[in-house]
Amino acid sequence: MSFDFLTDKDRIFTNLYGMKDRSLKGVKARGHWDGTGAILGKGRDWIVQEMKDSGLRGRGGAGFPTGLKWSFMPKESDGRPHYLVVNADESEPGTCKDREIMRHDPHTLIEGCLIASFAMGANACYIYIRGEYVREKEALQLAIDEAYEDGLIGKNACGSGFDFDLYLSHGAGAYICGEETALLESLEGKKGMPRLKPPFPANAGLYGNPTTVNNVESIAVVPTILRRGAGWFASFGRERNAGTKVFGISGHVERPCVVEEAMSIPFRELIDKHCGGVRGGWDNLKAVIPGGSSVPCLTIEQCEDVLMDFDALSALKSGLGTAAVIVMDKDTDIIKAIWRLSKFYKHESCGQCTPCREGTGWMMRVMDRLVTGDAAIEEIDMLQEVTKQVEGHTICALGDAAAWPIQGLIRNFRGEIEERIKAKQVGRVTAAVAAE
Amino acid sequence: MTTRRLAPEAVQPSSFAFNAENAEWAKGQIAKFPEGRQASAIIPLLWRAQAQEGWLTRTAIEGVADMLDMPHIRALEVATFYFMFQLAPTGENAHIQVCGTTTCMICGAEDLTALCEKLIGPAHTVSADGKLSWEEVECLGACANAPMAQIDSWVKGGFHSDYYEDLTVASFETLIEGFRKGDYPKPGSQTGRFASEPIGGATSLLDDNTEAANASVAIAISEGAT
Ligand SMILES: Cc1cc2nc3c(=O)[nH]c(=O)nc-3n(C[C@H](O)[C@H](O)[C@H](O)COP(=O)(O)O)c2cc1C
Ligand code: SF4
Ligand code: FES
Repeated sequence: MSFDFLTDKDRIFTNLYGMKDRSLKGVKARGHWDGTGAILGKGRDWIVQEMKDSGLRGRGGAGFPTGLKWSFMPKESDGRPHYLVVNADESEPGTCKDREIMRHDPHTLIEGCLIASFAMGANACYIYIRGEYVREKEALQLAIDEAYEDGLIGKNACGSGFDFDLYLSHGAGAYICGEETALLESLEGKKGMPRLKPPFPANAGLYGNPTTVNNVESIAVVPTILRRGAGWFASFGRERNAGTKVFGISGHVERPCVVEEAMSIPFRELIDKHCGGVRGGWDNLKAVIPGGSSVPCLTIEQCEDVLMDFDALSALKSGLGTAAVIVMDKDTDIIKAIWRLSKFYKHESCGQCTPCREGTGWMMRVMDRLVTGDAAIEEIDMLQEVTKQVEGHTICALGDAAAWPIQGLIRNFRGEIEERIKAKQVGRVTAAVAAE
Repeated sequence: MTTRRLAPEAVQPSSFAFNAENAEWAKGQIAKFPEGRQASAIIPLLWRAQAQEGWLTRTAIEGVADMLDMPHIRALEVATFYFMFQLAPTGENAHIQVCGTTTCMICGAEDLTALCEKLIGPAHTVSADGKLSWEEVECLGACANAPMAQIDSWVKGGFHSDYYEDLTVASFETLIEGFRKGDYPKPGSQTGRFASEPIGGATSLLDDNTEAANASVAIAISEGAT
């Protein structure tokens, strides 16, 4: 099977690297903001149906169908305002795709915010960007200002008769604020602590009003999907895995990059075509984290012919997540690489639930010892057991996210962990003998 | 979870006020939110206060709380929850934040933090000459340009916050010494890469490329980066 690589004519993000004219004139010349008023003219139901037909699944990590999510919003307002909130918190280690959209193709997002908000009866939308993205925030704000000045958003947006306000706000460095209800808390001016669900945001979200939270990429692809048709988008990728996707490939490839490709691209084709292959050649590959820090890693054997999509990766007990691909070559200390993620989750736990607050610390401390080999073999099973006690027992999915990478490590690299412990024990015995 | 506390009273200044420009800017932030929801503006306001003062002082936190009609304790909760808020004094010229998470770690971040130790001193302390401070932070969302650091600086008459990417020990040392002298080095990739296209040249979007710098770098240049 040979793979049909995406060509520029089918790329949604026509200026992902920001090399082309970034002015609104340049943006329009590339086809954005074309007939937006007419798209709104087709009505809410048409837009939501078209999004369902396109097969788009949320790009924020969980892959929930976007059109279906929109349909959960009340059809009519009961007097309360509706909101669209765009999740631009992008903090999952390995993930660096929304950044490129916001600083280099911001009008795709702004146009998407208008259309999605209209489809959900929201006259206001907030974009919540991570605080560290200072320049991205400034670039995006410039584009928002341009869109207001040009009448694309604001009163009577695009001449549609629909009034729409778009506001940009930001966080201040807390990964947990990417979780959608923590994000809403943060946007309300509080600590970013996830809420218990239900109620779900579609019933009681921002300020208690009906709210939908979507990822940047999920919203930014909307205008092009509606312009070119659900069928066009669905023609990329396998059934249930539709569309084009922005991948971020980092670590030990010759040429790390962010690139838009067709979904379901074979892993090898993705990195050979765009990244110059694994550093030192394919056989030098050790492990790959295919979807951001929360998903379990894969071995070289698993990567041989895996497709980069939701279903293929979950069949390997991993996941597409945010399509943030971290490649590690044979020189990598895989135990330490995963330990660093344990440290991350311990640092980022909001501390609200006991299994996560205590469990992330516990898991990290065992991982500390696995890195140096100062552990007993039995502790591997004990660690596995702790991950099971955290997983599924917390308010939000951060607990799961902390457990999964460790489970992947134990499943795929148990031999290596054991070897290190044994080597240390032999070392200790030898030293003890020498000391006598 | 990490426990964060305010700096000791001995180093806390006795008062805080936004300068005229920032006070005007703050009004604009508050206006983004519905009537009665002005607390929503707290993070942007605290961040601006930090940019103005160099770090987040107790009086700034309380002053912002008063502007937003919030009890002081609520604002203190926010200030201590979010990691970007610097609760103790930082370097006069720059505060360097090296990403230490997995991608950056496997691409050499530990050498960068070791260099900071050597040139600046222990993390979260100000260098002997008062000019610089540093810390290790979690993934900054620029992993395709690893290893990298975010540098907040107060040089060339203003506050700037930029990503310096594709770092090596040598290029990082040049940057650190530049900031120590009060220069504002050009941010972005330090190996001449434009943005996050594949190193060595893009494999897509090859036509009509006319811009001179990526969007982040262009803003920094407009603020005087060289
Ligand atoms: C700990 C945690 C962090 C998350 N971080 C992000 C994030 O940075 N960006 C994002 O879009 N979604 C993030 N999510 C997922 C969101 O909760 C939510 O599912 C998503 O924004 C929905 O958008 P989508 O349906 O368009 O994918 C995170 C979830 C968890 C549990
Ligand atoms: S799982 Fe962890 S991060 Fe999520 S609410 Fe509980 S303590 Fe907070
Ligand atoms: S791991 Fe360093 S920027 Fe993501």
